[in-house]
Order: sequence, then structure tokens, then C-alpha cells
Amino acid sequence: MAENLLARWKTGLEKTRKSTFGRISQIFGVTQITDGTWEELEALLIQSDIGIDTTEKIMEELWEIESSAGLTRTSELREALKNTLRARLDTPPPLDLSAKPTVILIVGVNGSGKTTTIAKLGQYFRNQGKTVLLGAADTFRAAAVDQLQIWADRLNLPIISGQPNGDPGAVSYDTIQSAISRGIEIVIIDTAGRLHTRYNLMEELRKVYRVAGKALDGAPHMVWLVMDATTGQNALQQARAFKEAVRVTGVILAKLDSSARGGMAFAIQRELNLPIYFAGLGEKLDDLTPFDPEAFVESILEDFGV
Amino acid sequence: MFETLTEKLNKVFTDIGRRGKLSEADVDAAMREVRLALLEADVNYGVVKDFVSRVRERSVGHEVSRALNPAQQVIKIVNEELIQTLGEPAPLNLSGPKPRLIMLVGLQGSGKTTAAGKIGRLLRSKGERVMLVAADPYRPAAITQLQTLGNRLDIPVHTEAGVLPPKLAEDAMAKAEKGGFTVVILDTAGRSQLDEALMNELGAITTRVKPAEILLVVDAMIGQEAVNIARGFRDAVEITGLVLTKMDGDSRGGAAISIRSVTGVPIKLLGTGEGLDALETYDPGRLASRILGMGDMIGLIERAEAQFDQATAQKQAERLMKGEFTLEDFATQLKQLRKMGPLSQILEMLPGGMGQMARTVNPRDAEKQLKKTEAIINSMTLLERRNPKVLNASRKRRVALGSGTDVQDVNRLLKQYRDAQRMFKQLKKSGPRGLPKLFG
Ligand SMILES: Nc1nc2c(ncn2[C@@H]2O[C@H](COP(=O)(O)OP(=O)(O)OP(=O)(O)O)[C@@H](O)[C@H]2O)c(=O)[nH]1
Ligand SMILES: Nc1nc2c(ncn2[C@@H]2O[C@H](COP(=O)(O)OP(=O)(O)OP(=O)(O)O)[C@@H](O)[C@H]2O)c(=O)[nH]1
Ligand SMILES: [Mg+2]
Ligand SMILES: [Mg+2]
Repeated sequence: MAENLLARWKTGLEKTRKSTFGRISQIFGVTQITDGTWEELEALLIQSDIGIDTTEKIMEELWEIESSAGLTRTSELREALKNTLRARLDTPPPLDLSAKPTVILIVGVNGSGKTTTIAKLGQYFRNQGKTVLLGAADTFRAAAVDQLQIWADRLNLPIISGQPNGDPGAVSYDTIQSAISRGIEIVIIDTAGRLHTRYNLMEELRKVYRVAGKALDGAPHMVWLVMDATTGQNALQQARAFKEAVRVTGVILAKLDSSARGGMAFAIQRELNLPIYFAGLGEKLDDLTPFDPEAFVESILEDFGV
Repeated sequence: MFETLTEKLNKVFTDIGRRGKLSEADVDAAMREVRLALLEADVNYGVVKDFVSRVRERSVGHEVSRALNPAQQVIKIVNEELIQTLGEPAPLNLSGPKPRLIMLVGLQGSGKTTAAGKIGRLLRSKGERVMLVAADPYRPAAITQLQTLGNRLDIPVHTEAGVLPPKLAEDAMAKAEKGGFTVVILDTAGRSQLDEALMNELGAITTRVKPAEILLVVDAMIGQEAVNIARGFRDAVEITGLVLTKMDGDSRGGAAISIRSVTGVPIKLLGTGEGLDALETYDPGRLASRILGMGDMIGLIERAEAQFDQATAQKQAERLMKGEFTLEDFATQLKQLRKMGPLSQILEMLPGGMGQMARTVNPRDAEKQLKKTEAIINSMTLLERRNPKVLNASRKRRVALGSGTDVQDVNRLLKQYRDAQRMFKQLKKSGPRGLPKLFG
């Protein structure tokens, strides 16, 4: 199954290659490294939303390697680039699902893909033979509860829902309580999207976090930030603010099937030391795969220096 | 960030002094900084390249003016170019036979459905008879979401189970015409420009109905791909305008430049919150400063101006310069500050660095502190406000009791007041030059 998903990732990203970087492969038909090569490299990195700071660091590293190892061909440079990028990403550690139940709180800015990702995660864990309970604690956005309810129905998973404009903390409390009494193994709680600059909404999220801890010692065991891969430099600010507010333990990169490359993942990994656990590759239940740094890097390089 | 761009440019120009013209080397160095600033703001790489070459052309050989230093001149040119690229704001096009159709398209989660509600609310308030159409049969509860918004606004929502969007749009227009509606707003499903089938669906809709507006709804946080996304949508349908959403965050919004460069269509509206009233018109100057990282200073100043009582301010300023600033003036100022809106929002509008810093202040604490100060001053007699020196121990106790604070709080306020007074006196001595430079 993992094989299958990976293949899907790659075909998904093939579309990107066609549409975006067709031009580059023509330029890199030339195999000698020239000034133009470096310029294209910079364009590639920046256009992947890797950010200026990281791009500069990567370029410097590659200059080093070029002169010390005497690289002359773009294919060699490509290999060096690949290693450099890969070294900047950690393989996500295995998930610790030992707590019974393990409570996962899902957070993020508006429209990043939280609710859809929860449905996908529900299926993912269920396919691993786990029992799963969903908590619909986005009582704010119009029909957010209905949205998760529909997914739960499709998946045939139990769900605890809040009333419109109800207290999201209460929903997460009830969900955890219910999971304890039913002996359920994994609880996934959906929260309303919020911009990290909204103080009151971030406070509300902190409260949801605290209340979860009251329902069960140590909960939430994991707090995952769902990020939209099309996001630019703001991603780092988002991740920093959410991490500060609710101790985010990992990131899920949704919408990687879009034409965007999700390059902000590098800065987030480096500066905030947050593992990236999953990649979202579409709107369907199967469109989730454990984050694979190799595939991710490959999708950024794609046409470079081949 | 604006400060840092200014500072960086100042550094670049330290040794040019006033030798007449900006040389090519000077400009090259300056352009490197401009380029970085724009890339940091998410303006697309290629778009930045074109932009910078335009600015360079205008800058080389530019006469060094007396009024502005070279850094300021370059910034002025950058700002002018930015404003020009962003273009003039344009109203929604409501010409043509009724009902006029407004169609919303964009990536997944960009804010289309919310924008449909917001635009419906706006146009209804202008006397239009509005109908919303739920043409997203794919995403779970997308229809219910629009229906909920419609209910909240008391605007009817057209839905048809099992009917695909092109036919649904046609049905809705027929129904709207019969029902005497003047505006129809079509909410479509989010889609990627790479998804051929769904992009063709947009084309299919526009062969059946003729929208007066096709608005591309874009998340202001979007990065470099904005260019290709805009191209994809532009190729599928004839985009007529842009809506930038989630402008209430702290993204710089440079994608606006990218998309404008590709599509050339005007930016029509900005989404500034989740509430249905959080829709604003767009101002190119304000967006340009935001992209340069200057923060929404214009918005802040406008807010202050709107709440500002000119006559009172004048009187206060005069007394202030005479060293006669009283606690009463202080209370009036606090009231004016509070009228500008919740402190948290005001803090968020400050430029880059300051806004960041402000965010670490708990606005609820600050708000509480303000309230306390107000309560204390309100508990004073007129005499005490005008001449705080009369506040002896027993008067202080009375004031503390009356304001629900304690004597320590009263003392703290009096100390702040004395410090402020001392500062003003010093200012007076050193003249206007001593005034701290707020926006440089
Ligand atoms: N292409 C693509 N679309 C996705 C992916 N994940 C989510 N979406 C779509 O993105 C849109 C927003 O997803 P939601 O799950 O509603 O996002 P959310 O974060 O819960 O949104 P709010 O609760 O409103 O903040 C929907 O149209 C989803 O179908 C993904 O991995 N790829
Ligand atoms: N803060 C903020 N949130 C917004 C704004 N506009 C929309 N949102 C939120 O963004 C999320 C997605 O908005 P929707 O209107 O559902 O987006 P959509 O484009 O219809 O999404 P799909 O139909 O799934 O593609 C919701 O949580 C909205 O409340 C805005 O201007 N500011
Ligand atoms: Mg949601
Ligand atoms: Mg929608």
C-alpha cells in the first residue's frame, strides 16, 4: 500500500513537471555548469518557495562542493543539490501510539485542509486496524461539523459533534471522555481554522489544548499543524505561532498535488525542528501518504540537470 | 521590513553623498536589496526580475533630488512602480441585462464560498436582489455551508441535487430571471489549474451562462506559484477581477503583484476576516506599503483620523507645549485611542517589526490596564485632574476605592503622568527636533 501511495505521489507530481518546469529541462540540455546554471538553480529554489535565506545557504554549500570536488557537469551538480536538500529534511520518527487513547489535535490557518486531512487520517489509522473516534470541534465555521460528519458517515467512523457556536473545549473534552469509555485507541480532533495573528482565536485554541489535558492526562499527545503547500513565506510565521501556542509536534503538508512545491518545509524543519509526518495529495480519502523526504526532494529537482 | 529596506538602501548609498546622479553601480547595489525585499514578500521570481529591470531603468541617471536622499528616491520609484503594477481599484461590474451573474473561481480553500456570502451581503445593502447558487457538488457539505450563510443573511440559495454545475448555473439564471432577482452569485468548487476535467467544467459553465464578472479568489498567503495558478485560470475562463482573501493575517501579499502581472485584471475586493462583513475595497498605496513590509500605516492613520476630534486635539497640543497637559487631557486621549477599535486590532496594523512585537503583548492585559487607568481618572474630582498635586493620602484612598483599584495603582498612574510631563517639558526645550521620529 505504501508503494502504491508513493507511486501516486509521483504521478501526481508529474503534472507539476509538465506545467511548470518544462522550460528548465531545455536549458539544462547543456551539460556544462555555467553562470546560467547557477541562475536557473536559484530560480528553481526560490520558485519552490524555499525562501531566500535557505536558498542562499544551499547555493553557498553547492559552490563549496563545486570548487572542492571540482564539479563540471550539471548532472553532478544535480546530485549534489539532491544530497544537500535531502540532508535538510529528517525522516519523520515513527508515531508513538502507545497511549490509550492517543489524542491528536489538528490545528491550522483557515482552509489549509484540516478537516479533509482528518478524514484521510481516520481511514489511514483504521486501515492499520485501530479504532478511531473523530471530534468535530470546529463549531464556528458554517457547516464545518456537517463536513466532518459526512466524512465520518462515509468511513463509518464514530464522531462526537459540537453544537453550532458551542464551546470547542467542551467538544474535545466529550470526545476524549467518550473514547475512554468506549475503549477507542485513536482520537482525532478537528478545530476551526484561524489565522495565527488573531490573539483571541489563538487563546481559544490554547484552551482547547488545556481542556484536552483535563479529560486525559498527557492529552493531546500529538498536535499536528496542517499547512497548505501553496503557502509562501508566511508559512514559517504560521508554524512558529502555532508551535508557541499549542506545542505543535508535527506538520502535515496538504495540497502537495497542486503545482506548488512546498519548499517552506525546509525552513520549518530547520528552524522549528518540526517533523513532517504526512503529505496530502488530493481531495480523496486515499490521497494521504507518510511524508517521504526522497520523493519530496525528487519532486523539487525534477528537471534540473538531467 | 520597510525600515530595513530603507536602512539597507541607506547603507548602499552611504558613500554617494550628493554627487548628482545615481550611477549604474549604485543602482545595481540598490536593486539587489529591492529584489530581496520583493522575493521575501512572495512576489514571483520572474515577475521580480521584470519589475526590478523597470525600476533600474528609471533609477539610473535619475537626478539626485535635494528633498530626498538616494535611498528615499529609490524607494519612491519602487513604490510608484508597485502602485502602478497593482493598478487602480475597480468596482464590481453590474452592467448588462439583469440578472447579472458573478462567478467565483479559485483553488481549494481560497475563500470562495465565504466571499460569495460577503459579496451577496454587500450588493444586497446596495439595493440589489441577490440569489446565491451552490455549484460545488463535490466537497462534503459545501452546499450546506453556502445555505448556512444564506440563512444567516436571509438571501435565498439555489441548490439542485445531482445536477452538474453547467446545467445548475443555467437553471439558476432562469429561476432568478423569473423571480426578479438582479444579481446571481455562483459559488464553484475549489480546483487546481492542473485538473483538466475541472478546468473544462468552468469553460462549460461559461458557454451556458454569461457572467458579468468572473472573480479569481486568491489566498493572500500564497507563494511563488500564484503566477502559474493565475495563468491556468485565465486560460480556462475570462477572469475579470481578483479577490484577495485572508488579508487580516500578516502575509505580505506579494502574490497580488504576480497575479496582476499575469492577468492584468483589476483587484476588486479584499477579504479581511471570517465574518460576512469583513470585505473591503482595495487601495493600491496601502497594498504597496504592505508588500514592502511597511504595515498598514495608512489604515491606522485613517482610523485615528476618523475618530479624532480636531479641535480637542489642537487645544491639547497647545497645552502640551505649554507644559499644562493635565490628567483630564490624558483621559480624553485614552478615550480616543479606545474609539479606534480593539487594541489587538490596532496593534496588528503596526509595521512589520513593531507589529510582531505588539503581538507578544497580551492585548487583554493591555486593555485591562487601560480600563484601570480610565477608572482611576474618572474617580477624581475636576480639581484633582487639573492639579494632581493636591492628591494627598486620603484623597488617593478615596480615588482607589471609587475606581475599584488600590492606592498603589493610583501612585503608579501619577508617576507615569509626572514622567510624561517631564518628557514634554524636555521636548519643549529642545524644540521640534527633539520629537522622536516616528515614521522615517
Ligand atoms: N488538491 C487538494 N485539495 C485538498 C487537500 N486537502 C484538502 N483539500 C481541499 O482544500 C479545501 C479546504 O479543505 P478543508 O479540509 O475544508 O480545510 P480546513 O483546514 O478544514 O478549512 P477550515 O476548517 O475552513 O479552516 C477543500 O476543498 C478540500 O477538498 C489536498 O491534499 N489536495
Ligand atoms: N481570516 C480569514 N479567513 C477567511 C477569509 N475568507 C475566508 N476565510 C476562511 O477560510 C476558510 C475557507 O473558506 P471557504 O469560503 O470555505 O473557501 P472555499 O474557497 O469556498 O473552499 P473550497 O470550496 O473548499 O475550495 C474558512 O475557514 C473561511 O472562514 C478571510 O478573509 N479572512
Ligand atoms: Mg475544517
Ligand atoms: Mg467553497
